Amino acid sequence: MSTSKQATVDSAKDRSQDRQKQMIAGHFDRLAELEDRGEKCVYTFVPGNLTELMLSFGVAPVLPEINALQSGMRGLSRDYIMRAEKDGHSEDVCTYVKCDIGMMRAGNVGPTGKRLPNPDLLLLSYTGCFTFLKWFELLREEYDCPVAMLHVPYQADGRITDEMRTYVVDQLKKKIIPALERISGRAYDEDRLRELLTRSARAEDDLVHVLESAKNKPSPIDAYFGGVYYIGPIFSAFRGTEDAVEYYRELREEIDERVRLGQGPIIPSGQHVDERYRLVVEGPPNWTSFREFWEMFSDEGAVVVASTYTKVGGVYEDGFRHDPDRPLESLAEYCLGCYTNLNLPSRVEKLAGYVRDYEADGFLINSVKSCNSFSAGQLMILREVENQTGCPGGFIESDLVDPRYFSAANIKNRLESYFQMIEQKRTQGGSL
Amino acid sequence: MRYTVGIDLGSTTTKAVILDADSAEIRVLGRGITNSRSNYDVACSVALEDAVVDARFSMITEVLAAAGVSDAEAQRSVTNLTMHFREVQYRSQLTTLAGVLDEMIAKDAVAGVAQDDEVEALRAILDSLQAGAGALFEPGARRKSDFFRDIAGSLYMHEAETLTRAGGCGTRSQGPRFDYLVGLYDKAILVVENLPSSGDGFVECVLAAVEMLKEPLPMLANAVHTVAGRALEQVASVGTGYGRARLPFDDAHIRSEILCHGLGAFSMFPGTRTVLDIGGQDTKAIQVDGNGIVTSFQMNDRCAAGCGRYLGYIADEMNLGLHELGPLANEAKRPVRINSTCTVFAGAELRERLSLGEKREDILAGLHRAIILRAMSLLARSGGVKDEFTFTGGVANNSAAVNALRQLISENYGELKLNISPASIYTGALGAAIFAVRGLDTETQATVA
Repeated sequence: MSTSKQATVDSAKDRSQDRQKQMIAGHFDRLAELEDRGEKCVYTFVPGNLTELMLSFGVAPVLPEINALQSGMRGLSRDYIMRAEKDGHSEDVCTYVKCDIGMMRAGNVGPTGKRLPNPDLLLLSYTGCFTFLKWFELLREEYDCPVAMLHVPYQADGRITDEMRTYVVDQLKKKIIPALERISGRAYDEDRLRELLTRSARAEDDLVHVLESAKNKPSPIDAYFGGVYYIGPIFSAFRGTEDAVEYYRELREEIDERVRLGQGPIIPSGQHVDERYRLVVEGPPNWTSFREFWEMFSDEGAVVVASTYTKVGGVYEDGFRHDPDRPLESLAEYCLGCYTNLNLPSRVEKLAGYVRDYEADGFLINSVKSCNSFSAGQLMILREVENQTGCPGGFIESDLVDPRYFSAANIKNRLESYFQMIEQKRTQGGSL
Repeated sequence: MRYTVGIDLGSTTTKAVILDADSAEIRVLGRGITNSRSNYDVACSVALEDAVVDARFSMITEVLAAAGVSDAEAQRSVTNLTMHFREVQYRSQLTTLAGVLDEMIAKDAVAGVAQDDEVEALRAILDSLQAGAGALFEPGARRKSDFFRDIAGSLYMHEAETLTRAGGCGTRSQGPRFDYLVGLYDKAILVVENLPSSGDGFVECVLAAVEMLKEPLPMLANAVHTVAGRALEQVASVGTGYGRARLPFDDAHIRSEILCHGLGAFSMFPGTRTVLDIGGQDTKAIQVDGNGIVTSFQMNDRCAAGCGRYLGYIADEMNLGLHELGPLANEAKRPVRINSTCTVFAGAELRERLSLGEKREDILAGLHRAIILRAMSLLARSGGVKDEFTFTGGVANNSAAVNALRQLISENYGELKLNISPASIYTGALGAAIFAVRGLDTETQATVA
């Protein structure tokens, strides 16, 4: 409960933040007018998404996961979930799905208050999540539209083989591209795709620079709570656009400036956080109490220096970039390389690497009820990372967008205990 | 004498431990406990007063021993004195309760809510409570609980039931209403237990208690006066427990219950490496290193199934005192397998089993095993069980829970030393009090520097 926030209030919101807001608003405006303009849209998911490919056909991506998390942040998810449960969806079903179904039933009004278009295609580009398959089965029934499914093999041996890449590229050529050609009425244009991929790689360089800035002490960013904003454009409808390039360039400059000034991350109230604990976090955040959740960390001076959730769309830190010289191959590698497609030893290795490289004091798992892709194996991960790093692990439980599974008092209790444990280890480390 | 206090404000009970601030060793002067209530300040001060009273009784024993009284004799004499002291306290609380109830029913009578026969019934209940007070504190007497709200409550209910049954089935036309009288108690006890405390009242009560002794030791009165005259000065405090954020302490004097339980268990049993604490609404599995520093912990998160409240609820369902559950469960011949650790479902399962003719003790044994199974999963999550293993919290006082734990630990982790202190419920408060002593040391060092 000690307040480590400095009273310094940022004079102006970061320009990059304003730019992102405008980008998102513009995107939803476009979606609202899409049907009138005779344009097409594709519903798809975040992990390993094929944004550049869709944009190369001039079709607009709609991401139901992002809509669900936005509904969670805006306090709408409870009613949507209950609506879906009324329709027979079990309490155990992923709450992103129920939130999306409920939103659809309530008129498919998106996060900015404008109606979302019906899908012309459901493009499933990550099959590691079984829920995704079922989710689109439901939407297919609802909208009576085609589904294009890209089967993405799991990295069971911890690497991408040539056969896996070829298998995915073949499906892109034989299934996905023809499906996009059918709904858009356009032929596949590889040159256009290359242009988009060139821009993607530029934005990706800047994103990696931003995320790795957390190696500084103090870290200029919070790589979890702040991080979810930073990954917004790259994991959604903007990768490959000039807007995304500009956004990441601007963000990089702002973060470099913060490093130069020795400033910590900025929380939503506009204050800088004084860093007392450097943490690595595994798992998605809770969205319904996002700000409250963040403040449980920032109030204690806890800054997240690396997180796996910011790799949910794709992993760039090991050198992967979308490559205009290998357009379909690099798209295939992107799908294959997203975080939840990594096997458990690779995830342990990644987390242990973060703890070492970012000189973390601890690492914490937020285990969400809804997401098996993340949550399965997390207790093993916890023990293994502890063993490999000697760094104490913490474990809390909540959910993505179902507010009934966020028990603020209990989570705060765990977090405070955890921070005090780190503090005790650090300062006393010894005898009674 | 200077002391530090640790207060553990739990969901069910509030505990206080006071330590000698000037002793190089950890020296417990006294322990106090009360039921938690809506006014946290009152809960804390009642627990603290109870600990201070406990400390004074220990001092009386020491003074008697110093005067040449044998240990056994001193112990017997002070135990006897303590029981009378408790009786005096209980009678005083009954008087307060009666005052509040009289006032409430008088208002209801004016408003036409209470009828004359209900006013009479209340008077009869209160007279009966006063008359029965002595028997409660006789040697060997059994009480369902040590807290005023529970003792007075159960007797009040019993009397109310008898009186209303005599008048018919309890409807308005047939005599005083049971529901009305019970509702009155529920309202009154909330007022009584949240009244600000009037100080420790030790001298007044202890002198009255001495008067009540039939054959007091000749030097007892002197010893009591000597101890009553001693000043006890609180020099530091640390709070912990579920309600710690609302404790009347500043941030610097609040510690997480995890650290307090870890340290408390370690100080009681320095060989401790794993701690299991089962409290009212939390179960905690804690690993500590060779210095008592917590290295890892797990707590139940999304629900409180299988915590101490579960047993409290079962005790209510079976109309038993919490203390009676363990001994009864230990009589089981064929323990029943119970799957649910959900408190509410367990009630349903209990009734179902009873209707099938299962024995109460067999069902109880199954319920105890069920909560320990849930704790086992939390222990596994926290890194397993290492030697030595210390079990703390209110549930550690329950012999059936301990037996189930012993068996499951042996099956899963082999033979290892299981520590349970009779004062296990005070573990968190003890850890907090040690943190308070340490804080004192740090401050002293800072001043010297």
